[in-house]
Amino acid sequence: MATLTEAPPPLAPTAPEKKPPRRRGRLVPYWLLLPGMLWLVVFFALPMVYQASTSVQTGSLEEGYKVTWHFATYWDALSEYWPQYLRSILYAGSATILCLVLGYPLAYLIAFRAGRWRNLIMILVIAPFFTSFLIRTLAWKTILADGGPVVGALNSLHVLDVTSWLGWTTGDRVLATPLAVVCGLTYNFLPFMILPLYTSLERIDTRLHEAAGDLYAKPVTTFRKVTFPLSMPGVVSGTLLTFIPAAGDYVNADLLGSTDTRMVGNVIQSQFLRILDYPTAAALSFILMAAILVMVTVYIRKSGTEDLV
Amino acid sequence: MTTVTNKNETGGDVRLSGISKTYDNGFTAVQPLDLTVPQGSFFALLGASGCGKTTTLRMIAGLEEPTTGTVFLGDQEVTHLPPYKRPVNTVFQSYALFPHLDIFENVAFGLRRRGIKSVKKQVEDMLELVQLGEQARKKPHQLSGGQQQRVAVARALINHPKVLLLDEPLGALDLKLRRQMQLELKRIQTEVGITFVHVTHDQEEAMTMADTVAVMNAGRVEQLGSPSDLYENPQTTFVANFLGTSNLIEAEVDTKNGDDIVLKAGGGKLVLPESRCSAPTTTGGKVLVGVRPEKISLTHADDAGEIPEGRNRITGKIAHSSFIGVSTQYVIDSAVCPEFEVYVQNIERDSRLAPGADVVLHWSPAHTFGLDAAQDIDAGVEEGAAA
Repeated sequence: MATLTEAPPPLAPTAPEKKPPRRRGRLVPYWLLLPGMLWLVVFFALPMVYQASTSVQTGSLEEGYKVTWHFATYWDALSEYWPQYLRSILYAGSATILCLVLGYPLAYLIAFRAGRWRNLIMILVIAPFFTSFLIRTLAWKTILADGGPVVGALNSLHVLDVTSWLGWTTGDRVLATPLAVVCGLTYNFLPFMILPLYTSLERIDTRLHEAAGDLYAKPVTTFRKVTFPLSMPGVVSGTLLTFIPAAGDYVNADLLGSTDTRMVGNVIQSQFLRILDYPTAAALSFILMAAILVMVTVYIRKSGTEDLV
Repeated sequence: MTTVTNKNETGGDVRLSGISKTYDNGFTAVQPLDLTVPQGSFFALLGASGCGKTTTLRMIAGLEEPTTGTVFLGDQEVTHLPPYKRPVNTVFQSYALFPHLDIFENVAFGLRRRGIKSVKKQVEDMLELVQLGEQARKKPHQLSGGQQQRVAVARALINHPKVLLLDEPLGALDLKLRRQMQLELKRIQTEVGITFVHVTHDQEEAMTMADTVAVMNAGRVEQLGSPSDLYENPQTTFVANFLGTSNLIEAEVDTKNGDDIVLKAGGGKLVLPESRCSAPTTTGGKVLVGVRPEKISLTHADDAGEIPEGRNRITGKIAHSSFIGVSTQYVIDSAVCPEFEVYVQNIERDSRLAPGADVVLHWSPAHTFGLDAAQDIDAGVEEGAAA
């Protein structure tokens, strides 16, 4: 009885006090947005505008550049470097598929079967990131070195005969071939595939597996009809996080490849830093960006995960 | 068991013999257990959380492998069959509907897995049965809790399982909806005639829905029977306290008088029919005498002479009374039992029955039950209150 009569008073005084903070609170989201927006404007929007104007300039280093709306630079860049674009998409695509094939079972294992080993395996996935990207890629140079144990083993198993026939390797070399570049890309971007996959798999209620089993689905069917569809957000974000940076990468092609495996990233890098042809470099960058945007849009539409991502 | 094992009769029975479950960490969730659920019955496994009822259900479903014992569905042994090979379907706690499929596809899931191509008619009929025909193309998260619950039932029932297992199916619903769904489930069960095994911690739910209730406690079945049998004739203090409320009095066996036992409690004598006593009754032995609060009549001490002969009586003083509307609940302080509960229907209220009044409690010996005094007198009190 006593609690009943005592309950209302504490509510009454707090109610009017609540009103003023709520009014001030209306601006809070905008204040919270401010640092991020500033960052985006200074480091993303402004450089984009600057590069866009560079791409339509003409002139020379000595006389300076002027905006002349010279869109022909785009056409020239595309007609000269289309093989590099194609190669970038091919290599990045292959690496993405390899990452998915390698990463999915591992992410599945961590999410559902690892038990108390879960954290340890997660650390092992991330651990290589404690060393620099460059050193890790250089390590692959040693791993794939001519006459090294890996090449020797592949050779004696006649794997290299097959890959040479497919055009992925040349003779008994792995280094300086497309295979080496794709291996490097796969290795470097694998964690970007595993982490989103793990996150989306881990979110799946395991009772759904039980429910599927209860409704006559064999384990394989349960995977096909329940687990995989529910992990689609992870598959989509994982493939995007792998494909987009891989398509623009130049380090792997530089260190593990040859002049025959140059990707568009290598071209942009050399245009900017060696040839110093800024308009062409900027145009190349914009073409790459546009190509990726188109592909990603089509991909997200096709995978039907707009509402899931 | 002396029943004739006619094939038709046992065709759909669920028979558990000696099944137990001990987990890797050494915890025994279910002690060796024998249980037969007759075909077509509505069977409830009732108990507090952690009593092993859900584990028992999961062993029938195949989601948990028993440590010992066997599970039979009719004549088929299914102990080691994976769930997808058992003719059993489950309505899961919080439903476990597939979030990426719409209601139609959720319900069609089981049919499609068994390779049935034309599912449209069956699914539509089933959605009609659970009154969700309009919602077929919605996703589960667009439905209310009660609707999701009905989808879960439809998704399981459409497969015409030999047994439908329900794991606390109404736990997530609010009280009003729960009442409504209890009636709904009972209606569906009567309509389709499939055996239902229902796990719940809610004694009222078990009693209103089930034909047979098994009360479980600490991995064992305490008692099995019809709801009225369990309520009127509890065999253990756990059942007496868990199902409703019981007043338990410690008493000593004095003499036997024909079919009745005469007991000494405090200064007075109580009579108990021998058939209603589940404890050994040697003279001088202890017995717990129980009586339900609504079986007791309350008479003011001044009118004690009007009480008919042959009724059990106890004297005491009213400690509290609370007016509920349909009845008044009294707590009586008496020498034999410190908190004796009495529910009196509000037909004619005696204004003298107020706290502090001396009263005589009396009830018919036929409403008395006897329990083994070796048990914990308070077993099941907390669990019953929590549920």
